[in-house]
Amino acid sequence: MEAVAPPTRTLLDFLRDERGLTGTKEGCNEGDCGACTVMVTDEQGSRALNACILFLPQLEGKAVRTVEGIAGPNGTLHPVQEAMIARHGSQCGFCTPGFIMSMAVAHLNGETDFDDRLAGNLCRCTGYAPIIRAAEDAAEAPVPEWMTADAGAIATAPDIAGIEGAARPRTSDELAEWYLDHPDGTLIAGATDVGLWVTKDFRDLGDVAFISGCHDMQGICEEGDRLIIGATTTMSALWDRLAEPFPSYAELIRRYGSVQVRNAATIGGSIANGSPIGDNAPALIALGATLRLRCGDERREIALEDFFIEYGKQDRAPGEFVEAITIPSQAPALRCYKISKRFDQDITAVLGCFNLTIEGGIVREARIAFGGMAGIPKRARAVEAAITGKPLDAPVLANAQAAMAEDFTPLSDMRASADYRLAAARNLLARHVAEMRGEDVNVLEVRA
Amino acid sequence: MSVARPLPHDAAPLHVTGAARYVDDIPTPAGTLHLAFGTSAVAAGRILSMDLDAVRHAPGVVAVLTHADLPRDCDVSPAAHDEPLLADGVVHYVGQAVFLVIAESHLAARHAARLGRVEIEAGTPILTIDEALEAGSHFEGGPITWSRGDTEAALAGAPRRISGVMEIGGQEHFYLEGQAALAFPQEGGDMVVHSSSQHPTEIQHKVAHALGIPMHGVRVEVRRMGGGFGGKESQGNALAVACAVAARLTGRACKMRYDRDDDMVITGKRHDFRIAYDVGFDDEGQILGIEFTQYARCGWSQDLSLPVADRAMLHSDNAYRIPAMRIASHRLKTNTQSATAFRGFGGPQGMLGIERVMDHLAHETGLDGAEIRRRNFYAEAEAETKVGTGPGHGHKFGAAHSPKARYSERENITHYGMEVTDFILGGLTDQLLASSDYAVRRAAVEDWNAHNSILKRGIAYAPVKFGISFTLTHLNQAGALVHVYQDGSIHLNHGGTEMGQGLFQKVAQVAASRFGVDPALVRITATDTGKVPNTSATAASSGSDLNGMAAKAACDTIRDRMAECLAELHQARVEEVVFANGEVRIGTTTLPFAEAVQLCYFNRVSLSATGFYKTPDISWNRVAGRGRPFFYFAYGAAVTEVVIDTLTGENRILRADIVHDAGASLNPALDIGQVEGAYVQGAGWLTTEELVWDDAGRLRTHAPSTYKIPACSDRPDIFNVALWDGPNRAETIYRSKAVGEPPLMLGISAFLALSDACAACGSGYPDLDAPATPERVLAAVTRARQA
Repeated sequence: MEAVAPPTRTLLDFLRDERGLTGTKEGCNEGDCGACTVMVTDEQGSRALNACILFLPQLEGKAVRTVEGIAGPNGTLHPVQEAMIARHGSQCGFCTPGFIMSMAVAHLNGETDFDDRLAGNLCRCTGYAPIIRAAEDAAEAPVPEWMTADAGAIATAPDIAGIEGAARPRTSDELAEWYLDHPDGTLIAGATDVGLWVTKDFRDLGDVAFISGCHDMQGICEEGDRLIIGATTTMSALWDRLAEPFPSYAELIRRYGSVQVRNAATIGGSIANGSPIGDNAPALIALGATLRLRCGDERREIALEDFFIEYGKQDRAPGEFVEAITIPSQAPALRCYKISKRFDQDITAVLGCFNLTIEGGIVREARIAFGGMAGIPKRARAVEAAITGKPLDAPVLANAQAAMAEDFTPLSDMRASADYRLAAARNLLARHVAEMRGEDVNVLEVRA
Repeated sequence: MSVARPLPHDAAPLHVTGAARYVDDIPTPAGTLHLAFGTSAVAAGRILSMDLDAVRHAPGVVAVLTHADLPRDCDVSPAAHDEPLLADGVVHYVGQAVFLVIAESHLAARHAARLGRVEIEAGTPILTIDEALEAGSHFEGGPITWSRGDTEAALAGAPRRISGVMEIGGQEHFYLEGQAALAFPQEGGDMVVHSSSQHPTEIQHKVAHALGIPMHGVRVEVRRMGGGFGGKESQGNALAVACAVAARLTGRACKMRYDRDDDMVITGKRHDFRIAYDVGFDDEGQILGIEFTQYARCGWSQDLSLPVADRAMLHSDNAYRIPAMRIASHRLKTNTQSATAFRGFGGPQGMLGIERVMDHLAHETGLDGAEIRRRNFYAEAEAETKVGTGPGHGHKFGAAHSPKARYSERENITHYGMEVTDFILGGLTDQLLASSDYAVRRAAVEDWNAHNSILKRGIAYAPVKFGISFTLTHLNQAGALVHVYQDGSIHLNHGGTEMGQGLFQKVAQVAASRFGVDPALVRITATDTGKVPNTSATAASSGSDLNGMAAKAACDTIRDRMAECLAELHQARVEEVVFANGEVRIGTTTLPFAEAVQLCYFNRVSLSATGFYKTPDISWNRVAGRGRPFFYFAYGAAVTEVVIDTLTGENRILRADIVHDAGASLNPALDIGQVEGAYVQGAGWLTTEELVWDDAGRLRTHAPSTYKIPACSDRPDIFNVALWDGPNRAETIYRSKAVGEPPLMLGISAFLALSDACAACGSGYPDLDAPATPERVLAAVTRARQA
């Protein structure tokens, strides 16, 4: 590859404009529709990613397979391709290459939770039913040998080190040093948010550092009764690790981002961007998470809820970055309730996260945090106070619901009105109490 | 015969390998330029000045055009001549094209388009239905009113009355492939345009007009669209005209495609409606008269709003014989995107209006929703042409209240004066209620609700009767061009466009059937105004009806010529020549098809023919609201079960059962695909898909991050779709029926099921508005409880 490409050149533009590989489609240019899905392979395996918000430097040391490479070298169709034809899974065909890629990756990895594997691929024609039938049909077929060749191709991948203006620190130390020198620079991990700054806002990012190569900031380790999560841990990796100890939080992660997004997005990015409607922060605040911030050689540890000061403002000095997040390794009471117009891959209208310690019918400790209710992810201190030391009976619940208005004055926007947000937040507390009573409260668990 | 076989879409192997080419995938010559619009940030106002220096000096920019720079009138409207390509001094909505950037790359053009400084003296925009009514901002001067029977007397004399108002949101098409066009300048000033358009002839017409050349100087080609849904009937005009004008100016190929956000901000959507109703009925739930007032928010230009609003009026009866009906239709001009065609074309809104009435009526009378609907059905057509019966054809419901028994003396005539002669919803509903186990499940839902305080289920039945034909009668025509080459391969072309619906495959199956050959012998080719002229938009579900017939005519002309030649050569009678199984039998001789073709070629038989078709027996006076606008009706019905959370309004579809009438299906697999997809799209319209504009008239839901079409897990867990087994009574191609639009309205059953679930929370009528987002469902639950 030539070194002339700017560091924010997307894989999608590269494939379509430079390589003439037009099978990969642009549907939304923001990572929501999946028409640009490609398979990316490195030593950790193969995964689906959205090419439209994937910058070329993010691909260093990885192999990319597009829809043009899903059939065998002699034109033999892949089992998912055969099944999609036989099951009438394509109509207009524009979303189809993206579906084929997501299906082929799931097939390769032996994943059969298709509603989730395909949540990041939108189809406007079929109503999805024939696509699911195709995925199910193909699941039993063996993985074609050509699909496993990519691991070997990584070593010979084109060197993209020559791209100008982009740093690629390998360690937290290198990143700390670079960021001190470039305090106005932009850190790029998964680019699921920063990608849109480029594709939609044409924002000049200035100096950029691609930080996913910082190996010591990746992964999750257990220290005593705490889990330390490296900032560049992807949401997919986090989902895998948290599914058992925190099923409700894991379900929240599953819902808020598609497979493609989770495969790119990082927990550090999710927190550092300070979004008032990011879904991780309320869950982590309810868990009592702390943040390790690093600036040069200085490190400090703060409670996550103290990181968010006001809308668009975080407690982060120039040159300082999120290095890790620490949470307790167990919190069986944690429940996360996300309300959005669509269940999968939608931005939250209201998110309520509850972590109550109840002993002998009395609330001993309460950590309750909401998203979508204020300019920042925020604890519901008045509500917590209204229930702490008390039984969760009807009068206490009513008082606590009333206290919600002390904690929050939500806004109206395209996702929900202020009145709805407040009413729903109050009702989420009621839902939590009902769930603890053993009532059915989750529409996603109801079957016809 | 290849018709009726469930063959895959002809392009499926290309789709799954990424080889299917869309406009943006067509290789372009070196030096191709790319376009982007600079758009208005203000909903209404006068342009005072434009500072476009920064745009002109941006990297890669070749030229920037404003209205004043255009060589001639470049109107891009479909009919009313009210849409200048670039704003002519006045802006009418946020997103209106104000200037055009021509640049070396797509990114350069988009980037530069952001750099323009347009100073606008902002006026007061008219954004909402109420604001438009207050300002008297109507198209056609005021409301259009149709009336049949003495509605006033029927209402006054009715034993019982209900009234209400419903808000119905619009819908973004969200075709996965955004709007796109590519123009190649030709010698002598001619232009070749590739467009992602349902209406190549209109593209040709608008481009010719903009270039000031006859239509013969413009050739438009459409191989396929990545979805259309009505959104590419007129909305592609601007891009094609812009490309042609820029290509003429620069002498270079020019391409334009909208980024998704631009697409959603610039182009029109489904009309949002408010429908008010006043209904008189008796204690049996029989409707005696209805007064409807429909308010359609049409946006800034007329586009296709008049026929859309007409079709909403035309479907205000849905499946019901209503003795007296009066409808006033307000077509409101607002400072928003110009609402346009969208699958169903006003029919869904009109139908939702009457289904809302039935829902309210069922609640008021305490009758079951399916039962009260059946009591009001049109009389069933005579049964003799019904072929076979589906499983469970038992009369579980309504035998005692069969419309025929009670009202056989009354005319079976719609509110616009058309006799309904093909009504099959009685039998179809019997089959559906049995196959979906409706009665048992309704009881189970009630029982479940009695034991659950937070979650509530709902179940609902809804029928669909949808009129098939363009209401603008002259559009009901089509042409085809068929060549048979001397090796026996067949080249098929017709005026319809492929947007995923499988039209090309269906017509190819017709052509293969006419020649008695394998469909693989038929090569389907891109729609091309140079091959078949003067085509209508592929719209109104008419694609296979019209083009199938035209292709049949062309094939039959060639076949008849061949038969004549072969009969003469073999001294047989023409009637003895049979085309079947890849062979031609001439009396006792049998030749492979290719050999027969070659023989005809050697005997100098013309193996190329055009075909033409026009729909018979239709006439329509839209001003009076009288006539026979439809050749026939397509029918269907659905039962949907849902669950809601009464604390948050969150809701899910659990199960949908559908029986849909595609006549004698040309391809059952493709038709079922249309039904499944349309149901989910229709349910999406009424649940998750919400368009939100702010007080300044800016669309706030302009990307898939904020506008939520159904995702994979939103489809019903249990999804049973069957085709009604019966041929069309009208003489259509192989007695099939149109299937593109009608099943969209099956999604109404999901909305009604949500209303049912809300109603389970209390004794009040939930008065649910659409789309039924969690917020609206929670509000409806609250209303149900308050009464």
